[in-house]
Amino acid sequence: MQIIRVENLVRRFGAITAVDDISFSVEEGAIFGFLGPNGAGKTTTINILCTLLAPTSGKAFLNGHDCDLESSEVRKSIGIVFQDSSLDKDLTARENLIFHAYLYNVPKAERKKRVEEVLSFVELTERGDDLIKKFSGGMKRRLEVARGLIHRPKVLFLDEPTLGLDPQSRTNLWEFITELPKKHKVTIFMTTHYMEEAEVCDKIAIIDKGKIIASGTPSELKKTVGGDIIYLRTSDNKNSMEDIRKVLDVDVSEKDGEIYLSALKGDVCIPKIIRELGDRVLSVRMQRPTLNDVFLRLTGKEIRPETATTDDNVKETVRSYRRRHDRD
Amino acid sequence: MIETNAVYVIVAREFKKFIREKTRLFSIIARPLLWLFLVGGGMSRLVPAGEGVSYIQFIFPGIIGMTILFSSIFSSISIIWDKEFGFMKEILVAPVSRFSVVLGKATSGMILSTVQAAIVLCLFPFLGLDLSLLQIAAIIVICAILAFAIAAFGILLASFYDSYESFSVIMNFIVMPMFFLSGAMYPVKLLPWVLKIFAKLNPLTYGIDALKNVIFPYETGRMAADFPLLLDVAVITAVSVVFVLIAGKVFERKG
Repeated sequence: MQIIRVENLVRRFGAITAVDDISFSVEEGAIFGFLGPNGAGKTTTINILCTLLAPTSGKAFLNGHDCDLESSEVRKSIGIVFQDSSLDKDLTARENLIFHAYLYNVPKAERKKRVEEVLSFVELTERGDDLIKKFSGGMKRRLEVARGLIHRPKVLFLDEPTLGLDPQSRTNLWEFITELPKKHKVTIFMTTHYMEEAEVCDKIAIIDKGKIIASGTPSELKKTVGGDIIYLRTSDNKNSMEDIRKVLDVDVSEKDGEIYLSALKGDVCIPKIIRELGDRVLSVRMQRPTLNDVFLRLTGKEIRPETATTDDNVKETVRSYRRRHDRD
Repeated sequence: MIETNAVYVIVAREFKKFIREKTRLFSIIARPLLWLFLVGGGMSRLVPAGEGVSYIQFIFPGIIGMTILFSSIFSSISIIWDKEFGFMKEILVAPVSRFSVVLGKATSGMILSTVQAAIVLCLFPFLGLDLSLLQIAAIIVICAILAFAIAAFGILLASFYDSYESFSVIMNFIVMPMFFLSGAMYPVKLLPWVLKIFAKLNPLTYGIDALKNVIFPYETGRMAADFPLLLDVAVITAVSVVFVLIAGKVFERKG
Protein backbone atom coordinates (compact mmCIF):
# COMPACT_ATOMS: atom_id res chain seq x y z
CA MET A 1 0.00 0.00 0.00
CA GLN A 2 1.17 3.49 -0.79
CA ILE A 3 1.27 5.38 2.49
CA ILE A 4 2.49 8.62 0.90
CA ARG A 5 1.56 9.80 -2.57
CA VAL A 6 2.74 13.10 -4.01
CA GLU A 7 1.46 14.34 -7.37
CA ASN A 8 2.92 17.29 -9.27
CA LEU A 9 3.65 19.19 -6.10
CA VAL A 10 4.77 22.82 -6.48
CA ARG A 11 5.59 25.34 -3.79
CA ARG A 12 6.78 28.85 -4.56
CA PHE A 13 8.08 31.51 -2.16
CA GLY A 14 7.89 34.72 -4.13
CA ALA A 15 10.31 34.36 -7.04
CA ILE A 16 11.87 31.16 -5.71
CA THR A 17 10.36 27.81 -6.60
CA ALA A 18 11.43 25.66 -3.67
CA VAL A 19 9.58 22.56 -4.89
CA ASP A 20 9.14 22.30 -8.63
CA ASP A 21 6.55 19.79 -9.85
CA ILE A 22 7.62 16.66 -7.99
CA SER A 23 5.81 13.31 -7.86
CA PHE A 24 6.70 10.22 -5.86
CA SER A 25 5.21 7.58 -3.62
CA VAL A 26 6.29 5.66 -0.54
CA GLU A 27 5.30 2.09 0.30
CA GLU A 28 4.05 1.28 3.79
CA GLY A 29 6.76 -0.06 6.13
CA ALA A 30 9.64 1.22 4.01
CA ILE A 31 12.53 3.47 4.89
CA PHE A 32 12.35 6.23 2.31
CA GLY A 33 15.27 8.57 1.87
CA PHE A 34 14.86 12.05 0.47
CA LEU A 35 18.30 13.23 -0.53
CA GLY A 36 19.67 16.48 -1.71
CA PRO A 37 21.95 19.38 -0.83
CA ASN A 38 20.94 22.15 1.57
CA GLY A 39 18.19 24.28 0.11
CA ALA A 40 17.13 21.64 -2.46
CA GLY A 41 13.52 21.63 -1.23
CA LYS A 42 13.58 18.74 1.25
CA THR A 43 12.29 20.62 4.26
CA THR A 44 9.67 22.43 2.19
CA THR A 45 8.34 19.06 1.00
CA ILE A 46 8.29 17.72 4.56
CA ASN A 47 6.48 20.83 5.76
CA ILE A 48 3.80 20.31 3.12
CA LEU A 49 3.42 16.63 4.03
CA CYS A 50 3.22 17.62 7.72
CA THR A 51 0.47 20.17 6.94
CA LEU A 52 2.60 23.10 8.12
CA LEU A 53 2.66 24.59 4.64
CA ALA A 54 0.06 24.67 1.89
CA PRO A 55 1.22 23.69 -1.61
CA THR A 56 1.08 26.29 -4.40
CA SER A 57 -0.31 23.56 -6.64
CA GLY A 58 -0.39 19.78 -6.84
CA LYS A 59 -1.51 17.22 -4.28
CA ALA A 60 -0.01 15.29 -1.40
CA PHE A 61 -1.74 12.37 0.31
CA LEU A 62 -0.71 10.67 3.51
CA ASN A 63 -2.44 7.53 4.70
CA GLY A 64 -5.16 8.32 2.15
CA HIS A 65 -5.79 11.85 3.47
CA ASP A 66 -5.17 15.09 1.62
CA CYS A 67 -2.38 16.97 3.42
CA ASP A 68 -3.88 20.34 2.58
CA LEU A 69 -7.58 19.71 3.16
CA GLU A 70 -7.63 17.03 5.89
CA SER A 71 -4.80 18.33 8.01
CA SER A 72 -6.22 17.03 11.27
CA GLU A 73 -6.43 13.44 9.99
CA VAL A 74 -2.92 13.68 8.57
CA ARG A 75 -1.52 15.08 11.81
CA LYS A 76 -2.90 12.15 13.77
CA SER A 77 -1.03 9.71 11.56
CA ILE A 78 2.41 11.29 11.61
CA GLY A 79 5.29 11.78 14.01
CA ILE A 80 8.03 14.29 13.28
CA VAL A 81 11.60 14.86 14.32
CA PHE A 82 12.54 18.32 13.13
CA GLN A 83 15.96 19.50 12.05
CA ASP A 84 16.20 21.77 15.09
CA SER A 85 15.24 20.47 18.50
CA SER A 86 11.62 21.09 19.43
CA LEU A 87 11.84 19.88 23.03
CA ASP A 88 11.08 22.15 25.97
CA LYS A 89 14.47 22.56 27.63
CA ASP A 90 12.96 23.60 30.95
CA LEU A 91 10.97 20.39 31.32
CA THR A 92 12.20 16.89 32.04
CA ALA A 93 12.26 14.12 29.44
CA ARG A 94 9.17 12.49 30.98
CA GLU A 95 7.31 15.79 31.10
CA ASN A 96 8.03 16.40 27.43
CA LEU A 97 6.67 12.96 26.60
CA ILE A 98 3.57 13.35 28.81
CA PHE A 99 2.89 16.70 27.16
CA HIS A 100 2.95 14.97 23.79
CA ALA A 101 0.67 12.16 24.98
CA TYR A 102 -1.97 14.69 26.09
CA LEU A 103 -1.62 16.72 22.92
CA TYR A 104 -2.28 13.61 20.80
CA ASN A 105 -5.13 12.46 23.00
CA VAL A 106 -3.53 9.19 24.04
CA PRO A 107 -6.12 7.46 26.30
CA LYS A 108 -5.58 8.12 30.00
CA ALA A 109 -4.94 4.47 30.90
CA GLU A 110 -2.23 4.25 28.23
CA ARG A 111 -0.29 7.47 28.81
CA LYS A 112 2.17 6.38 31.51
CA LYS A 113 2.69 2.99 29.93
CA ARG A 114 3.54 4.37 26.50
CA VAL A 115 5.86 7.02 27.91
CA GLU A 116 7.86 4.37 29.79
CA GLU A 117 7.77 2.11 26.75
CA VAL A 118 9.36 4.63 24.40
CA LEU A 119 11.80 5.84 27.08
CA SER A 120 13.17 2.35 27.53
CA PHE A 121 13.23 1.86 23.76
CA VAL A 122 15.63 4.80 23.41
CA GLU A 123 17.48 3.72 26.55
CA LEU A 124 16.78 6.92 28.46
CA THR A 125 14.72 5.47 31.32
CA GLU A 126 17.24 6.46 34.02
CA ARG A 127 17.52 9.99 32.62
CA GLY A 128 13.73 10.43 32.41
CA ASP A 129 13.52 12.94 35.26
CA ASP A 130 16.44 15.08 34.13
CA LEU A 131 15.83 18.44 32.51
CA ILE A 132 16.42 18.51 28.75
CA LYS A 133 18.99 21.28 29.35
CA LYS A 134 21.34 18.60 30.65
CA PHE A 135 20.97 16.31 27.62
CA SER A 136 23.58 15.87 24.89
CA GLY A 137 22.68 16.36 21.23
CA GLY A 138 22.41 12.64 20.60
CA MET A 139 20.17 12.07 23.62
CA LYS A 140 17.87 14.89 22.57
CA ARG A 141 17.54 13.44 19.08
CA ARG A 142 16.76 10.00 20.48
CA LEU A 143 14.20 11.46 22.82
CA GLU A 144 12.56 13.29 19.94
CA VAL A 145 12.29 10.06 17.99
CA ALA A 146 10.76 8.46 21.09
CA ARG A 147 8.30 11.31 21.40
CA GLY A 148 7.34 10.96 17.76
CA LEU A 149 6.36 7.33 18.40
CA ILE A 150 4.11 7.79 21.46
CA HIS A 151 0.90 8.20 19.49
CA ARG A 152 1.77 5.24 17.21
CA PRO A 153 1.99 7.16 13.96
CA LYS A 154 1.86 5.55 10.53
CA VAL A 155 4.72 7.65 9.22
CA LEU A 156 7.69 9.04 11.12
CA PHE A 157 9.42 12.01 9.49
CA LEU A 158 13.07 12.52 10.28
CA ASP A 159 14.47 15.76 8.93
CA GLU A 160 18.28 15.51 8.91
CA PRO A 161 18.22 13.33 12.04
CA THR A 162 22.00 13.12 12.42
CA LEU A 163 22.83 16.77 11.74
CA GLY A 164 25.28 18.09 14.30
CA LEU A 165 25.87 14.73 16.01
CA ASP A 166 29.27 13.21 16.65
CA PRO A 167 30.17 10.09 14.61
CA GLN A 168 29.43 7.66 17.43
CA SER A 169 25.97 9.07 18.16
CA ARG A 170 25.29 9.01 14.43
CA THR A 171 26.07 5.30 14.19
CA ASN A 172 23.96 4.56 17.26
CA LEU A 173 21.05 6.57 15.95
CA TRP A 174 21.15 4.78 12.61
CA GLU A 175 21.15 1.34 14.17
CA PHE A 176 18.14 2.43 16.11
CA ILE A 177 16.29 4.03 13.19
CA THR A 178 16.66 0.96 10.97
CA GLU A 179 14.91 -1.14 13.63
CA LEU A 180 11.87 1.13 13.74
CA PRO A 181 9.80 -0.24 10.83
CA LYS A 182 9.90 -3.78 12.22
CA LYS A 183 9.49 -2.89 15.89
CA HIS A 184 6.88 -0.16 15.55
CA LYS A 185 5.19 -0.89 12.23
CA VAL A 186 5.99 2.60 11.05
CA THR A 187 7.10 3.97 7.70
CA ILE A 188 10.19 6.18 7.84
CA PHE A 189 10.49 9.25 5.68
CA MET A 190 13.88 10.81 6.17
CA THR A 191 15.96 13.52 4.62
CA THR A 192 19.71 13.77 4.74
CA HIS A 193 22.52 15.33 2.85
CA TYR A 194 24.94 12.66 4.03
CA MET A 195 24.80 10.28 1.07
CA GLU A 196 26.50 7.42 2.89
CA GLU A 197 23.70 7.44 5.45
CA ALA A 198 21.11 6.86 2.78
CA GLU A 199 22.50 3.38 2.08
CA VAL A 200 20.11 1.95 4.70
CA CYS A 201 17.06 3.17 2.78
CA ASP A 202 14.76 0.85 0.88
CA LYS A 203 14.08 3.55 -1.65
CA ILE A 204 15.63 6.90 -2.40
CA ALA A 205 14.62 10.00 -4.27
CA ILE A 206 17.30 12.55 -5.08
CA ILE A 207 16.16 16.15 -5.20
CA ASP A 208 18.12 19.10 -6.50
CA LYS A 209 16.89 22.66 -7.04
CA GLY A 210 13.34 21.57 -6.31
CA LYS A 211 13.22 18.73 -8.84
CA ILE A 212 13.52 14.99 -8.35
CA ILE A 213 16.39 13.97 -10.58
CA ALA A 214 16.53 10.26 -9.78
CA SER A 215 14.80 7.63 -7.68
CA GLY A 216 15.10 3.92 -6.95
CA THR A 217 16.78 1.56 -4.52
CA PRO A 218 20.36 2.40 -3.51
CA SER A 219 21.76 -0.42 -5.68
CA GLU A 220 19.65 0.57 -8.68
CA LEU A 221 20.91 4.12 -8.40
CA LYS A 222 24.49 3.02 -8.04
CA LYS A 223 24.20 0.96 -11.19
CA THR A 224 23.32 4.10 -13.13
CA VAL A 225 26.78 5.45 -12.38
CA GLY A 226 28.10 2.67 -14.58
CA GLY A 227 30.16 0.66 -12.15
CA ASP A 228 33.48 1.52 -10.56
CA ILE A 229 35.12 4.90 -10.69
CA ILE A 230 38.80 5.28 -11.42
CA TYR A 231 40.62 8.42 -10.33
CA LEU A 232 44.01 9.33 -11.80
CA ARG A 233 46.57 12.00 -11.18
CA THR A 234 48.84 12.54 -14.15
CA SER A 235 51.59 14.91 -15.15
CA ASP A 236 49.54 15.99 -18.20
CA ASN A 237 45.80 15.72 -17.67
CA LYS A 238 44.74 17.11 -21.04
CA ASN A 239 46.56 14.66 -23.28
CA SER A 240 46.02 11.79 -20.88
CA MET A 241 42.26 12.30 -21.07
CA GLU A 242 42.45 12.20 -24.86
CA ASP A 243 44.45 8.99 -24.81
CA ILE A 244 42.13 7.25 -22.35
CA ARG A 245 39.15 8.16 -24.50
CA LYS A 246 40.83 6.63 -27.53
CA VAL A 247 41.73 3.38 -25.79
CA LEU A 248 38.67 2.70 -23.69
CA ASP A 249 35.99 4.63 -25.57
CA VAL A 250 34.49 6.08 -22.36
CA ASP A 251 33.64 9.50 -20.97
CA VAL A 252 36.51 11.03 -19.08
CA SER A 253 36.18 14.13 -16.91
CA GLU A 254 38.36 16.25 -14.73
CA LYS A 255 37.73 17.63 -11.27
CA ASP A 256 40.12 19.27 -8.82
CA GLY A 257 43.14 18.28 -10.93
CA GLU A 258 42.08 14.67 -10.99
CA ILE A 259 40.86 12.70 -13.98
CA TYR A 260 37.97 10.37 -13.34
CA LEU A 261 36.05 7.88 -15.40
CA SER A 262 33.57 5.15 -14.70
CA ALA A 263 34.07 1.60 -15.85
CA LEU A 264 32.01 -1.54 -15.32
CA LYS A 265 35.13 -3.54 -14.46
CA GLY A 266 37.54 -1.04 -13.01
CA ASP A 267 40.11 -3.65 -11.97
CA VAL A 268 40.51 -4.74 -15.60
CA CYS A 269 40.70 -1.19 -16.96
CA ILE A 270 43.45 0.07 -14.70
CA PRO A 271 46.27 -1.99 -16.29
CA LYS A 272 45.14 -0.87 -19.76
CA ILE A 273 45.22 2.77 -18.75
CA ILE A 274 48.64 2.49 -17.15
CA ARG A 275 50.05 0.71 -20.20
CA GLU A 276 48.74 3.55 -22.42
CA LEU A 277 49.83 6.50 -20.29
CA GLY A 278 53.13 5.08 -19.11
CA ASP A 279 54.99 7.24 -16.63
CA ARG A 280 52.57 10.14 -16.98
CA VAL A 281 50.53 8.40 -14.24
CA LEU A 282 51.30 9.82 -10.80
CA SER A 283 48.66 7.95 -8.81
CA VAL A 284 45.64 5.73 -9.34
CA ARG A 285 42.77 4.89 -7.05
CA MET A 286 39.49 3.13 -7.62
CA GLN A 287 36.17 3.54 -5.87
CA ARG A 288 33.17 1.30 -5.81
CA PRO A 289 30.20 3.55 -6.57
CA THR A 290 28.50 5.35 -3.68
CA LEU A 291 25.35 7.40 -3.70
CA ASN A 292 27.56 10.44 -3.62
CA ASP A 293 28.88 9.43 -7.06
CA VAL A 294 25.32 9.09 -8.25
CA PHE A 295 24.69 12.63 -7.19
CA LEU A 296 27.95 13.83 -8.69
CA ARG A 297 27.07 12.22 -11.99
CA LEU A 298 23.56 13.64 -12.03
CA THR A 299 24.40 17.20 -11.10
CA GLY A 300 28.10 17.59 -11.81
CA LYS A 301 28.72 18.71 -8.23
CA GLU A 302 29.29 17.01 -4.93
CA ILE A 303 26.61 17.02 -2.30
CA ARG A 304 28.72 18.75 0.29
CA PRO A 305 28.30 21.73 2.56
CA GLU A 306 30.86 23.66 0.46
CA THR A 307 28.00 24.59 -1.82
CA ALA A 308 26.11 25.99 1.13
CA THR A 309 26.73 29.69 0.55
CA THR A 310 24.25 30.15 -2.26
CA ASP A 311 21.90 27.56 -0.77
CA ASP A 312 21.93 29.44 2.52
CA ASN A 313 20.85 32.51 0.61
CA VAL A 314 17.94 30.57 -0.79
CA LYS A 315 17.08 29.36 2.71
CA GLU A 316 17.21 32.88 4.09
CA THR A 317 15.00 34.21 1.31
CA VAL A 318 12.49 31.45 1.92
CA ARG A 319 12.56 32.11 5.64
CA SER A 320 11.98 35.84 5.33
CA TYR A 321 9.28 35.24 2.74
CA ARG A 322 7.54 32.86 5.10
CA ARG A 323 7.77 35.37 7.90
CA ARG A 324 5.73 37.75 5.78
CA HIS A 325 3.33 35.45 3.98
CA ASP A 326 2.93 32.36 6.09
CA ARG A 327 0.04 30.11 5.13
CA ASP A 328 -1.49 32.62 2.75
CA MET B 1 -13.21 23.02 18.08
CA ILE B 2 -11.75 22.84 21.59
CA GLU B 3 -9.61 19.90 22.71
CA THR B 4 -9.77 19.89 26.51
CA ASN B 5 -6.74 17.61 26.90
CA ALA B 6 -4.61 19.99 24.86
CA VAL B 7 -5.84 23.08 26.73
CA TYR B 8 -5.19 21.31 30.03
CA VAL B 9 -1.65 20.25 29.17
CA ILE B 10 -0.67 23.68 27.80
CA VAL B 11 -1.83 25.23 31.09
CA ALA B 12 -0.06 22.51 33.11
CA ARG B 13 3.21 23.15 31.28
CA GLU B 14 3.16 26.89 32.01
CA PHE B 15 2.27 26.25 35.63
CA LYS B 16 5.10 23.79 36.09
CA LYS B 17 7.62 26.15 34.53
CA PHE B 18 6.32 29.02 36.63
CA ILE B 19 6.80 27.12 39.88
CA ARG B 20 10.28 26.03 38.82
CA GLU B 21 11.49 29.56 38.12
CA LYS B 22 12.41 30.93 41.51
CA THR B 23 13.69 34.28 40.23
CA ARG B 24 10.40 35.03 38.51
CA LEU B 25 8.55 34.46 41.80
CA PHE B 26 10.91 36.86 43.53
CA SER B 27 10.36 39.62 40.98
CA ILE B 28 6.60 39.22 41.31
CA ILE B 29 6.87 40.22 44.95
CA ALA B 30 9.62 42.79 44.43
CA ARG B 31 8.15 44.94 41.65
CA PRO B 32 4.83 45.86 43.37
CA LEU B 33 6.69 46.54 46.61
CA LEU B 34 9.02 48.95 44.83
CA TRP B 35 6.16 50.80 43.17
CA LEU B 36 3.96 50.90 46.22
CA PHE B 37 6.48 52.01 48.80
CA LEU B 38 9.18 53.82 46.83
CA VAL B 39 6.96 55.56 44.27
CA GLY B 40 3.69 55.60 46.19
CA GLY B 41 5.34 56.32 49.53
CA GLY B 42 7.24 59.30 48.12
CA MET B 43 4.43 60.66 46.01
CA SER B 44 1.94 60.58 48.88
CA ARG B 45 4.01 63.39 50.50
CA LEU B 46 3.25 65.48 47.43
CA VAL B 47 -0.29 64.43 46.58
CA PRO B 48 -2.94 65.35 49.13
CA ALA B 49 -5.24 62.54 50.20
CA GLY B 50 -8.79 62.35 48.89
CA GLU B 51 -11.76 61.84 51.20
CA GLY B 52 -10.16 59.18 53.34
CA VAL B 53 -8.05 57.66 50.54
CA SER B 54 -4.32 58.40 50.63
CA TYR B 55 -2.20 58.35 47.44
CA ILE B 56 -0.47 55.11 48.41
CA GLN B 57 -3.90 53.52 48.86
CA PHE B 58 -5.08 55.08 45.60
CA ILE B 59 -2.37 53.39 43.54
CA PHE B 60 -2.97 49.98 45.14
CA PRO B 61 -5.59 48.91 42.51
CA GLY B 62 -3.23 50.26 39.85
CA ILE B 63 -0.37 48.15 41.18
CA ILE B 64 -2.56 45.05 41.16
CA GLY B 65 -3.50 45.96 37.57
CA MET B 66 0.19 46.41 36.73
CA THR B 67 0.99 42.99 38.14
CA ILE B 68 -1.67 41.50 35.90
CA LEU B 69 -0.54 43.51 32.88
CA PHE B 70 3.09 42.44 33.18
CA SER B 71 2.49 38.81 34.04
CA SER B 72 -0.23 38.26 31.43
CA ILE B 73 1.81 39.89 28.68
CA PHE B 74 4.90 37.99 29.80
CA SER B 75 3.00 34.73 29.77
CA SER B 76 1.66 35.32 26.25
CA ILE B 77 4.97 36.58 24.94
CA SER B 78 6.37 33.16 25.85
CA ILE B 79 4.83 32.18 22.50
CA ILE B 80 7.66 34.13 20.84
CA TRP B 81 10.16 32.15 22.93
CA ASP B 82 8.46 28.92 21.95
CA LYS B 83 8.77 29.90 18.29
CA GLU B 84 12.41 30.87 18.71
CA PHE B 85 13.40 27.68 20.50
CA GLY B 86 11.35 25.39 18.29
CA PHE B 87 8.83 24.10 20.80
CA MET B 88 5.96 25.81 18.99
CA LYS B 89 6.44 23.39 16.09
CA GLU B 90 5.67 20.48 18.39
CA ILE B 91 2.34 22.15 19.20
CA LEU B 92 1.55 23.25 15.65
CA VAL B 93 1.92 19.81 14.03
CA ALA B 94 -0.25 18.17 16.69
CA PRO B 95 -3.86 17.34 15.79
CA VAL B 96 -5.05 20.27 17.87
CA SER B 97 -6.98 23.29 16.65
CA ARG B 98 -5.23 26.66 16.78
CA PHE B 99 -8.07 27.95 18.91
CA SER B 100 -7.33 25.35 21.60
CA VAL B 101 -3.71 26.50 21.63
CA VAL B 102 -4.79 30.13 22.05
CA LEU B 103 -7.31 29.18 24.72
CA GLY B 104 -4.68 27.15 26.57
CA LYS B 105 -2.18 30.02 26.49
CA ALA B 106 -4.79 32.61 27.53
CA THR B 107 -6.03 30.39 30.36
CA SER B 108 -2.53 29.82 31.69
CA GLY B 109 -1.90 33.58 31.53
CA MET B 110 -5.14 34.12 33.42
CA ILE B 111 -4.37 31.62 36.18
CA LEU B 112 -0.76 32.69 36.71
CA SER B 113 -1.64 36.39 36.71
CA THR B 114 -4.51 35.91 39.12
CA VAL B 115 -2.26 34.00 41.51
CA GLN B 116 0.28 36.83 41.34
CA ALA B 117 -2.39 39.49 41.80
CA ALA B 118 -3.66 37.56 44.84
CA ILE B 119 -0.16 37.61 46.33
CA VAL B 120 0.02 41.39 45.87
CA LEU B 121 -3.48 41.73 47.29
CA CYS B 122 -2.20 40.27 50.57
CA LEU B 123 -0.41 43.61 51.17
CA PHE B 124 -3.68 45.46 51.83
CA PRO B 125 -3.48 45.43 55.66
CA PHE B 126 -0.09 47.19 55.49
CA LEU B 127 -1.64 50.06 53.54
CA GLY B 128 -4.31 50.68 56.15
CA LEU B 129 -7.05 49.23 53.97
CA ASP B 130 -9.90 47.18 55.36
CA LEU B 131 -11.44 44.66 52.95
CA SER B 132 -14.27 42.22 53.59
CA LEU B 133 -14.26 38.66 52.31
CA LEU B 134 -16.88 39.62 49.75
CA GLN B 135 -14.65 42.45 48.47
CA ILE B 136 -11.68 40.08 48.25
CA ALA B 137 -13.74 37.57 46.27
CA ALA B 138 -14.93 40.31 43.90
CA ILE B 139 -11.34 41.50 43.41
CA ILE B 140 -10.20 37.99 42.49
CA VAL B 141 -12.99 37.62 39.95
CA ILE B 142 -12.20 40.99 38.35
CA CYS B 143 -8.50 40.12 38.28
CA ALA B 144 -9.24 36.84 36.50
CA ILE B 145 -11.35 38.50 33.79
CA LEU B 146 -8.82 41.29 33.29
CA ALA B 147 -5.92 38.81 33.21
CA PHE B 148 -7.66 36.74 30.54
CA ALA B 149 -8.29 39.85 28.42
CA ILE B 150 -4.67 41.02 28.65
CA ALA B 151 -3.33 37.51 27.99
CA ALA B 152 -5.46 37.24 24.84
CA PHE B 153 -4.20 40.69 23.79
CA GLY B 154 -0.63 39.46 24.40
CA ILE B 155 -1.17 36.41 22.18
CA LEU B 156 -2.40 38.72 19.45
CA LEU B 157 0.82 40.75 19.79
CA ALA B 158 2.97 37.63 19.90
CA SER B 159 1.50 36.25 16.69
CA PHE B 160 2.87 39.26 14.81
CA TYR B 161 6.42 38.87 16.08
CA ASP B 162 8.76 35.92 15.84
CA SER B 163 12.00 36.93 17.44
CA TYR B 164 12.74 38.03 20.94
CA GLU B 165 14.30 41.30 19.82
CA SER B 166 10.72 42.43 19.40
CA PHE B 167 10.13 41.97 23.12
CA SER B 168 11.62 45.36 24.02
CA VAL B 169 9.53 47.03 21.32
CA ILE B 170 6.39 45.54 22.84
CA MET B 171 7.44 46.53 26.36
CA ASN B 172 8.42 50.11 25.55
CA PHE B 173 5.80 51.09 23.01
CA ILE B 174 2.78 49.08 24.11
CA VAL B 175 3.01 47.83 27.67
CA MET B 176 4.46 50.89 29.40
CA PRO B 177 2.06 53.39 27.75
CA MET B 178 -0.80 51.03 28.55
CA PHE B 179 0.23 51.11 32.19
CA PHE B 180 0.63 54.90 32.44
CA LEU B 181 -2.63 55.60 30.60
CA SER B 182 -4.70 53.25 32.72
CA GLY B 183 -5.53 55.47 35.68
CA ALA B 184 -3.12 53.43 37.77
CA MET B 185 -1.00 56.39 38.88
CA TYR B 186 -3.50 59.26 38.46
CA PRO B 187 -7.28 59.49 38.05
CA VAL B 188 -8.42 59.44 34.43
CA LYS B 189 -10.78 62.38 35.05
CA LEU B 190 -7.80 64.67 35.73
CA LEU B 191 -6.09 63.91 32.40
CA PRO B 192 -6.04 66.38 29.49
CA TRP B 193 -8.61 65.42 26.86
CA VAL B 194 -6.18 63.88 24.36
CA LEU B 195 -4.76 61.50 26.93
CA LYS B 196 -8.27 60.88 28.24
CA ILE B 197 -9.21 59.45 24.84
CA PHE B 198 -6.29 57.03 24.94
CA ALA B 199 -7.10 56.08 28.52
CA LYS B 200 -10.70 55.36 27.56
CA LEU B 201 -9.55 53.10 24.70
CA ASN B 202 -7.29 51.16 27.04
CA PRO B 203 -8.95 48.00 28.43
CA LEU B 204 -6.63 48.06 31.45
CA THR B 205 -8.31 51.33 32.52
CA TYR B 206 -11.59 49.54 33.07
CA GLY B 207 -10.00 46.66 34.95
CA ILE B 208 -8.22 49.01 37.34
CA ASP B 209 -11.35 51.15 37.63
CA ALA B 210 -13.37 48.07 38.59
CA LEU B 211 -10.83 47.37 41.34
CA LYS B 212 -11.08 50.98 42.55
CA ASN B 213 -14.86 50.61 42.66
CA VAL B 214 -14.55 47.52 44.84
CA ILE B 215 -11.66 48.68 47.05
CA PHE B 216 -12.95 52.25 47.79
CA PRO B 217 -16.72 51.96 47.36
CA TYR B 218 -17.45 55.05 49.48
CA GLU B 219 -14.86 57.44 48.05
CA THR B 220 -16.53 60.28 46.14
CA GLY B 221 -13.70 62.80 45.65
CA ARG B 222 -10.88 63.01 43.11
CA MET B 223 -9.53 59.59 44.10
CA ALA B 224 -12.83 57.82 43.37
CA ALA B 225 -13.41 55.45 40.47
CA ASP B 226 -14.13 57.07 37.10
CA PHE B 227 -16.82 54.77 35.72
CA PRO B 228 -19.65 52.65 37.18
CA LEU B 229 -18.60 49.13 38.23
CA LEU B 230 -21.09 47.51 35.88
CA LEU B 231 -19.63 49.31 32.86
CA ASP B 232 -16.10 48.32 33.92
CA VAL B 233 -16.94 44.64 34.22
CA ALA B 234 -18.94 44.66 30.98
CA VAL B 235 -16.02 46.22 29.07
CA ILE B 236 -13.33 43.83 30.32
CA THR B 237 -15.58 40.81 29.79
CA ALA B 238 -16.39 41.88 26.24
CA VAL B 239 -12.73 42.64 25.54
CA SER B 240 -11.74 39.15 26.81
CA VAL B 241 -14.14 37.42 24.45
CA VAL B 242 -13.33 39.64 21.46
CA PHE B 243 -9.55 39.41 21.89
CA VAL B 244 -9.48 35.65 22.34
CA LEU B 245 -11.58 35.19 19.20
CA ILE B 246 -9.40 37.57 17.16
CA ALA B 247 -6.22 35.97 18.54
CA GLY B 248 -7.57 32.56 17.55
CA LYS B 249 -8.27 33.74 14.01
CA VAL B 250 -4.92 35.49 13.58
CA PHE B 251 -3.07 32.54 15.05
CA GLU B 252 -4.79 30.19 12.65
CA ARG B 253 -3.64 32.24 9.70
CA LYS B 254 -0.11 33.00 10.84
CA GLY B 255 0.75 29.84 12.78
